[in-house]
Amino acid sequence: MAARLKVHVDPDKCQGHARCKALAPELFELDEYGNAHEAGDGTVPPGLEDKAWLAKSNCPEIAIDVIEE
Amino acid sequence: MSDVSQPVAHPPVTDWVNDFDHTDPQWTDDPFPIWDELRAASPVVHTERFLGCYMPTTYEAVREIANDTEHFSSRRIIVRDVRPEIARNAAPPITSDPPVHKPAKQLLLPPFTPDAMKKLEPRVRAICNELIDGFVSDGEVDAAARYSKYIPVRAIAHMLGIPESDSDLFVNWIHMILELGIKDESKLLQAVQEMSDYFRGHIEARKKKPTDDLISYLMQAKDKEGNPLEDSHVLGSLRLLLIAGIDTTWSAIGSSLWHLARTPADRERLIAEPGLMPTAVEELLRAYSPVTMAREVVKETTISGCPVKAGNMVLLSFPAANRDPRMFPDADKVVIDRRENRHAAFGLGIHRCVGSNLARMEMQVALEEWLKRIPDFRLDPAGAVTWSQGTVRGPRQLPFLLGKAM
Repeated sequence: MAARLKVHVDPDKCQGHARCKALAPELFELDEYGNAHEAGDGTVPPGLEDKAWLAKSNCPEIAIDVIEE
Repeated sequence: MSDVSQPVAHPPVTDWVNDFDHTDPQWTDDPFPIWDELRAASPVVHTERFLGCYMPTTYEAVREIANDTEHFSSRRIIVRDVRPEIARNAAPPITSDPPVHKPAKQLLLPPFTPDAMKKLEPRVRAICNELIDGFVSDGEVDAAARYSKYIPVRAIAHMLGIPESDSDLFVNWIHMILELGIKDESKLLQAVQEMSDYFRGHIEARKKKPTDDLISYLMQAKDKEGNPLEDSHVLGSLRLLLIAGIDTTWSAIGSSLWHLARTPADRERLIAEPGLMPTAVEELLRAYSPVTMAREVVKETTISGCPVKAGNMVLLSFPAANRDPRMFPDADKVVIDRRENRHAAFGLGIHRCVGSNLARMEMQVALEEWLKRIPDFRLDPAGAVTWSQGTVRGPRQLPFLLGKAM
């Protein structure tokens, strides 16, 4: 069975490019300034693993971690 | 003695590595081989022109500088022949450094979130179609002068609450500031003055009767102490929104259409797979990033092993960073389904473009509406494509023939 994934946005690195929200809207939310944080506790529902990795690999600020649990 | 410099012609460049000049006609026409040559020479190169200026040539060096606000100030953001006195509230937050940068930027961010842009999208789609109506049956068009140019200027006018019909006025100011102003200080000052007078009028009108637009939003905004912004801050930010919001996206839309005119396979694929458009827009932003920023070195340091000395400017070329093959495989090719794309078209670090969500929406809508109505088009072999000079690169003349080739 595949490992369970969690995403996390480092708020000190995020500059609000919003690429993660465009690529994986289920996994990220934006605040009033457009800066991102993970939705809920960051747990990636089954089937959305690809989107998690895609969001990570398109963040210009390298602000997103994908953690395998 | 006048402190207004006269324009000076630059001698042509013969040694790019030690004497680069981003206003040289060769750079304007085709900068990509120049950037490759500079990158092969060193991660940071220097020129004595512009009273001394460095240029980082790799993605990594550009990132280092963008993230280092201690040694690199944003108080000057255009590399020019002169270094006039620094104006207070020039164009906050783009000309601000920490700690004043963050509150100034946070004021501007809420009206530019992706959700806010969704509300503006129908107006932009309508603007695109009104423009296409004007030339679609002519069989030919200058797509820069009659299409890409007017989409961003009308969209930002709509947001600011100023007449879309004043568009040509705004476009002319931008040209005087960003292009002519590099070498002719008087043109820049004239444009800034006219622009400030124009906005002052709109601010006064709103003091009597507030409106539901960005100008009133800024006038009602409070700083972190809860005080209203000074008029000079409001004016500076309005200047920024107009300057930054216009020929940047004009350039990005124009370059994208230029690419599609020359690449029927990408055109056909985007028509067959419209869901690919957002990914394609990111790749077009990477390959043809319009905006080169600048910093001033305020404290000596080292970047990618290269010493940089205070008093020099830095040409912060996000477009060159986006062509670095160590960061992007096949960096010189447009791969419209590129999956991994950490491009820096909107900058990196705290100065990430406030209008990035607006620009992305405008590009996507402009290309979608164009391809819906004009699926076949090509460069007119009888015409010439010309590119803007200096800080923002994009086509200023883009002659197309519309319809299938006979």
